[in-house]
Amino acid sequence: MGLKEVRIHGRGGQGAVTSAQILAIAASKDGKFTQSFPTFGVERSGAPVEAYTRISEEFINRRQQVYNPGYVIVLDTSLIGVIDVTKGISEDGLIIANSTKTPEELGLKGAKAYSIDITKIALDIMGKPFVNIAALGAFASLTGETSIDSLKKAVEERMGKLAELNNKALDKVFALAEDLK
Amino acid sequence: MVNIDIKKATVTEASVSVAWGARLSRPEVIPMYPITPQTHIVEHLAEFINNGEMDAEMIHVESEHSALSAMVGSVAAGSRTFTATASQGLALMYEILPIMSGMRLPGVMAVANRALSAPINIWNDHSDSVSARDQGWIQLWVESSQEALDTVIQAYKISENKKVMLPVMVNLDGFSLSHVYEPVEIPDQGKVDKFLPEYKAEDFLDLKNPKTFGPIGFPSDYMEFKEQQQAAMFEAEPVVQEVAKEFGKAFGREYGDGLVEEYKMEDAEYAVIGMGTLCGTAKDAVDELREKGIKAGVLRLKCMRPLPAERIQKAVKGLKALAVIDRHVSLGFEGPLFTDLRSALYETGLQVNGYVAGLGGKDIKIQHFEKVFNELKEGKKKGGWLL
Repeated sequence: MGLKEVRIHGRGGQGAVTSAQILAIAASKDGKFTQSFPTFGVERSGAPVEAYTRISEEFINRRQQVYNPGYVIVLDTSLIGVIDVTKGISEDGLIIANSTKTPEELGLKGAKAYSIDITKIALDIMGKPFVNIAALGAFASLTGETSIDSLKKAVEERMGKLAELNNKALDKVFALAEDLK
Repeated sequence: MVNIDIKKATVTEASVSVAWGARLSRPEVIPMYPITPQTHIVEHLAEFINNGEMDAEMIHVESEHSALSAMVGSVAAGSRTFTATASQGLALMYEILPIMSGMRLPGVMAVANRALSAPINIWNDHSDSVSARDQGWIQLWVESSQEALDTVIQAYKISENKKVMLPVMVNLDGFSLSHVYEPVEIPDQGKVDKFLPEYKAEDFLDLKNPKTFGPIGFPSDYMEFKEQQQAAMFEAEPVVQEVAKEFGKAFGREYGDGLVEEYKMEDAEYAVIGMGTLCGTAKDAVDELREKGIKAGVLRLKCMRPLPAERIQKAVKGLKALAVIDRHVSLGFEGPLFTDLRSALYETGLQVNGYVAGLGGKDIKIQHFEKVFNELKEGKKKGGWLL
């Protein structure tokens, strides 16, 4: 069926839900069917948040929650230890973590893991730690599930005035991830 | 599988799709009161009106009871009207539900289905609308964002049909659908205008030609009114099919025949039937089971009232057993859909098992359907709660 599932971990206010939506918009620009939704509930600033994106060549029928994602993005690695970010990840899965530490130092096991200091790039370019969209640059590079061009178009569509700097950060993270491959 | 041209689609929230369905239907009046998980629907309608993209009067009322009361007033005055609600909001409207249908006023209300308190719960199940099923509203249930948009437009055409003249509830699963972003094709306004012409009421409140709506019905006449309503409900069944067919021709999208959608039923020996998003997950379960050689299928009930009994009898021909999945329970008995369908299928002699699932947002998973199909295959009279 070729269904791909992505889980994005963040804290309330970091924009995990927005980035899952942007990923869905981008994938649809690549001609794919998508679904994007958060863990439904009461949103609280700082609390652990999970958001999901499904990507498929065909219309997606299933509506159950995401239990076995192929890809996990961790926007805030202070969540590691609070919750199990690797839970249910498929055997050939891939984790992208925003951190200055290596995946080994973060204790990320059971899947292929990459870490990039996305916060630094966001601070350099935007002066603020907006990592949610920039992190998708690493996703595009390391998974190939969406094109960087579609991502940038989706960011323009969704983020208005904030699109330009976000896309700059997105490009930078994409380039850094390319070097990790 | 919904026929969407991905190149023409935009990715948006299902609530926004419902708002688009309403916008394209050109209601003149929208009485609104927000409640989770419906709020995004009326918020987007407010935005359309604010942007000058939609010409409708939004009435900010003080409760859902008032929202539906205002809808009764505006439809009685001859205006196409839209509102939306959920859960306790629908419960608060309850008094007005049979008044609107009893006065034979057409109109469309979206319900982003949510569990009823207590304990307080904002997540999806079908207890709000299913427990209101006897109040004379046509009930349509959708599975996807695109279907939600398309069904709102169809609902007006069904509702305003002279043979019907009954209000329609368009039900979509709260959160499980209402808050999901997915691709949707937004139809062209010109095409929608052609499909759904302006509403011209024959009977309406008019100062020059005074009339009374809903006056007292004495014991000598009340039952005759109800008999007419019952007849109109049954008249609605073929109208739902005709409208679905016409919509399919105009827009290229069909959801079964508007009453029931059949998935891999041609040679099915075992099937599940339910409403809303759980059927999408059931379809994927059926695909997996078929790879294991089990001839499984899904029936999705899109129209719960009127209940298309003969249509369902036809759809289950050839089945060895059927499981009904209720996302609601009639406390003290069983799932109401199970009661309905066992009654509708009594004369066929088919084994029907009843399951209650997904209350208060409990996830309904593929593995639940694996269990259900295994129990059907075992041929035993089983059922119960899927936890």
